[in-house]
Amino acid sequence: MATKLPKTDVVIIGLGWAGSIIANELTDEGLDVVALERGPWRDTATDFNIASAADELRYSQRQDLMLRTVQNTITMRNNPSQTALPMRNWGSFHPGNGTGGAGNHWAGITFRFQPEEFRLKSYLTEKYGSAAMPKELTLQDWGTDWSEMEPFYDAFDKVAGTSGKAGNLKGEIQEGGNPFEGARSSEYPTRPLKQPYGPTLFAEAARNLGYKAFPVPSALISEPYTNSLGVTMGPCTFCGFCTNYGCANYSKASAITTILPALVRKSNFTARTNSEVLRIVMDSTGKKATGVVFVDTSGNEWELPADLVVVTAFTFENVRLMLISGVGTPYDPISNTGTTGRNYAYQTANGVQLFFDDKNFNPFIGAGAVGMGIDELNNDNFDHSGLGFFGGGSTRVTPIGAAPIGNRPTPPGTPRWGSEWKKETVKNYLSTMSIGCEASSYATRNNYLSLDPTYKDRLGRPLLRVTFDFPQNDLKMAQYVTDKVEEIAKAMSPRQIVKNPAKGSWNGGPYQSSHIVGGFVMGADPKTSSINKYLQSWDVSNLFVVGASAFPQNPGYNPTATVGALAFKAADAIRSLYVKNPGPLVQA
Amino acid sequence: MSKTLPGISRRHLLLSSAAAFFVAIASSAGATIIKGVTPFKPFDYSPPETLGPGGWYFFTPQEGQTIEALVERLIPADDLSTSGKDAGCAEFIDRQLAGSYGTFERLYMQGPFVTGTPEQGDQSPFVPQQRYRIGLAALDAHCRQTLQKPFAELTAEQKDKVLSGVESGDIAFKEIDAKLFFGILLQNTMEGFFADPIYGGNRDMVSWKMLGFPGARYDYRDYVELHNQKIDLPPLSIAGRPEWKKRG
Amino acid sequence: MKQLSLTTVGLLVLMTTVSFAQSAREDSFEQIERGRYLSVLGDCSACHTAPGGAPFAGGVVLKTPFGNLVGSNITPDVETGIGRMTEEEFQKVMSDGIGKGGYHLYGAMPFTAFTKVSKADNSAIYAYLQSLQPVKNPIESNQLPFPFSVRTSLIVWNYLNFQKGEFKPDPEKSEAWNRGAYIVDGLGHCGTCHTPKTALGGDKNDLFLEGATLQDWYAPNITADPHKGIGSWSIEDLTQYLKTGTNRFDTASGPMAEEVENSSQHWTDADLQAVAIYLKDGRNADAKPPQPIAATDNRITAGREIYADRCSACHTPSGEGIGRLFPKLAKGPLVNNDDATTLMRVVLAGSKADGTHAAPTGPIMPSFAWNLSDDDVANVLTYVRNSWGNAAPAVSASDVAAIRKGLQE
Repeated sequence: MATKLPKTDVVIIGLGWAGSIIANELTDEGLDVVALERGPWRDTATDFNIASAADELRYSQRQDLMLRTVQNTITMRNNPSQTALPMRNWGSFHPGNGTGGAGNHWAGITFRFQPEEFRLKSYLTEKYGSAAMPKELTLQDWGTDWSEMEPFYDAFDKVAGTSGKAGNLKGEIQEGGNPFEGARSSEYPTRPLKQPYGPTLFAEAARNLGYKAFPVPSALISEPYTNSLGVTMGPCTFCGFCTNYGCANYSKASAITTILPALVRKSNFTARTNSEVLRIVMDSTGKKATGVVFVDTSGNEWELPADLVVVTAFTFENVRLMLISGVGTPYDPISNTGTTGRNYAYQTANGVQLFFDDKNFNPFIGAGAVGMGIDELNNDNFDHSGLGFFGGGSTRVTPIGAAPIGNRPTPPGTPRWGSEWKKETVKNYLSTMSIGCEASSYATRNNYLSLDPTYKDRLGRPLLRVTFDFPQNDLKMAQYVTDKVEEIAKAMSPRQIVKNPAKGSWNGGPYQSSHIVGGFVMGADPKTSSINKYLQSWDVSNLFVVGASAFPQNPGYNPTATVGALAFKAADAIRSLYVKNPGPLVQA
Repeated sequence: MSKTLPGISRRHLLLSSAAAFFVAIASSAGATIIKGVTPFKPFDYSPPETLGPGGWYFFTPQEGQTIEALVERLIPADDLSTSGKDAGCAEFIDRQLAGSYGTFERLYMQGPFVTGTPEQGDQSPFVPQQRYRIGLAALDAHCRQTLQKPFAELTAEQKDKVLSGVESGDIAFKEIDAKLFFGILLQNTMEGFFADPIYGGNRDMVSWKMLGFPGARYDYRDYVELHNQKIDLPPLSIAGRPEWKKRG
Repeated sequence: MKQLSLTTVGLLVLMTTVSFAQSAREDSFEQIERGRYLSVLGDCSACHTAPGGAPFAGGVVLKTPFGNLVGSNITPDVETGIGRMTEEEFQKVMSDGIGKGGYHLYGAMPFTAFTKVSKADNSAIYAYLQSLQPVKNPIESNQLPFPFSVRTSLIVWNYLNFQKGEFKPDPEKSEAWNRGAYIVDGLGHCGTCHTPKTALGGDKNDLFLEGATLQDWYAPNITADPHKGIGSWSIEDLTQYLKTGTNRFDTASGPMAEEVENSSQHWTDADLQAVAIYLKDGRNADAKPPQPIAATDNRITAGREIYADRCSACHTPSGEGIGRLFPKLAKGPLVNNDDATTLMRVVLAGSKADGTHAAPTGPIMPSFAWNLSDDDVANVLTYVRNSWGNAAPAVSASDVAAIRKGLQE
């Protein structure tokens, strides 16, 4: 039987980027906020001590910072006719755990989505006609627009200190930035990072072909920065132990380096770590949340009553908690009914490898978001008339580092062991680079999230089941954009080019991306969405569910900046609309 | 207490660096409550999971011999580097199996265990300790049966042939999927060769020197814009490097 | 609330040197508020408020080389606090070091500094203390072992160490300078931590503010010495440090972080300015730095490599640091002080720079005790102390070993 704790105004589930942003905003409003975090407290000096942080075996191979699958994992299958099986070791994606969440070990790439993205279905239909829309896709509009989103993107940039060069400042295209970005109200808070050799070479070749190359927007910042909360970060030192690792010198923006130091000082904020939420508690009508039940590491259950429940537990756990707690009707792909779990999408990862003889890239110098990119091949930035697919990818060279357990490229056909293996490994280690094309992932009827009928977590609750495969649309798009990237690669005159477009079925084994989206999507129509444009549940008005779970589909951009913006958006709605007048904020 | 200059010590606080706020770093039956101040404890750090040198923690002496013979062929000695055996890969694997990796302590190992599609990955119920114990025994059984000697006593050529057969699936084992065994063996051998030396392999940072990888360094600000230039930085381990010691 | 007798009030009015137009009633709002501010200026809670305890109810254990003393209960509780203490008796505590009942106070209560506080200020502090919530908390302050527990020995101590008397302003100096001197020499009692001590625990007055060790921290030299002291700091550097705990050179940690948190971050800008002006006009402005140890010395060459691998990524290759985040090691006074206790401690155990309202970051120096040997710590500190314009004595591995052992006890 759960022991009841004193009531709080707001309970927030998950203290990563979204949870920390919302907690900070709501405590500023004077509300009492308790944040429950399943994992441990994370601290730079202890957990990312500079003497132990650069450890590839521990952080990249053994995934030390990530959620342990023994604590929680997902089951996966490619389509509804298969039986889903557990992902026993993280492969395709790396969910986080602890305060800061995956925001501690992320790559730091901080693109915004484009204005058209927020009404993608309408936009593509208007431009190309409804006959051009592939039948397998279930694209949707978000129920909001760029003018509503931009101030919150700006707020996120000012907290994270994002480094970059604006491409569109208040409607004026700027030289050296990304000309395809939506109009920004401010320049980036810090200047672009210095670039290693690989990105520089790529930018030169791309520009010679007429592309507009720009520095990849980076939350690994270029210079000291004190953010909008008064918290200070230091400059990135290009250590090459970035993605999958915590940052030892306060230069990777995360909740722990940018928000928690200011937030924890407030007397109306409490964080409880090692506290896993089991379910949202509803009243007898099922339309109002009364709080949450969570369990501590000794197995004791506690009930925390609250007036407002905010769920910011990462896409997977957001949706699983909604399914377990009975919020909304579970989506069924066969009857095409229900909303909880629909429109699950991912990211379509493509790459082109370039093997050189005569170049030294010093690939161990780098960081997750250091790099140069082009956007002509992304989303609808090129004319799709007659191509038979929609979407595209953000194309960039971002040398993240070259720790050698995972980074020792050899040409296809090279033996995996023996003297020949060793010779090719040494020959190619310093002189190989890759161009990545991180592409869109468009929703389909059969890609969805549900509760697994067989496999359970250690507390007896069903695991989340992921049913996903690449739609034909995305595979066609992947071939097309990868071929275009190959043209740029050819212009760089390597000895050998190897194309790696996404192909076949989605394989849960090799790492592709942690950009998991959808399942509890936002929209204007309660029949096809779970939350309104304020991230408020249509069914339970004192419940806000914030994260990439809100995206109805994924463009060819990294999601974190948009997650941050949505968190600011939800917090703003709670502060300026909800607290004055609790209840549904949008009439369906 | 101070042993240098005599002086009046100002205070001995119950907690270090207390603030005006009520600092609650209390454990409430397994939850930690953070309020007012972010936690700090002197000497706090997050240690890597390592075991000391010398002897086998997991392998029997015979298994140890076989593993050494295996890693010696997977990474043979040549003019580029010493062998995987001399680099300590066998020791590395032994330490890993004796730790949390060996029992898949961090992984979801609930059943039912069902072989799925290739996309659904590794669904074997065998943890690494079992994969090695059963796999090594199966390997030796195969070698005794077909070549009249255990693996460790075969010629280098014979060893390579057996390894290729196990890798391709031409050689099958009864008790365990041979390719599963080869997969973990190769993965762990490479980990041992290229990981930080504190884990028992990559002795003297041999693989990092071979590649030109400077190891666990953290500040490349002075080097990032040296494009297409060789940078000669002696590699650094978590345990330091020889240049830290006084010379002369 | 105690009622002063008419004669005492009269004396008070006559003896007042600071003029104020308000009422002299000891429990007037302005008087109590003034006393509250003065108690923050003097950081009384540092010794009289236990962490998590009731304000001013005592209980802070002070470890001295002679044994333990405990900060007393100065709430107006009639049995266990100062509820029965008259204002005259309080005045004697501050100016003479004599407790209620006539016994001598140990110098841990820094009356050697507080003697300088004006009677008017003492009166306000008294009024404030008497306005507090009384808390029943019996404290036995004197926990020293025999013979130190015998207070009459303090008569000799006072003779050697104590110069009684209110602060006398210097007519040659500005009002702000005098205000700064009044605070630093008096209520602020900076010398209690920052002045080297004699064997008996008294201040070496001729070495005022030249640095002292306490409980494995080193309170650095804050004279105007440009090499070891704050001579190269601007007024702005000083006021910013006291107000926010951080400036372009350094961030306060340990006991000084607490001082900023409880005391100086709450001072008025005028008082911060005054203290800065006074300190900048201090002694040793012409002090010449020593010669640095040669760069070819094998401790320096070893230390250079360790610095590049473990320190540079935060403190930068040139020791400049990052403002508000990583202290500046190049020409930092703490780095150049002869005593390297704080440096060794911080490298071994790590250290948290407390966040303040103005600068909430609170970055933490990681602990290296597990990763660096005594030799490594000694060499890297010797390198830091003799590079980029720094010049200070080498650090030895045996010093490091002693600190390591002491801290982990």
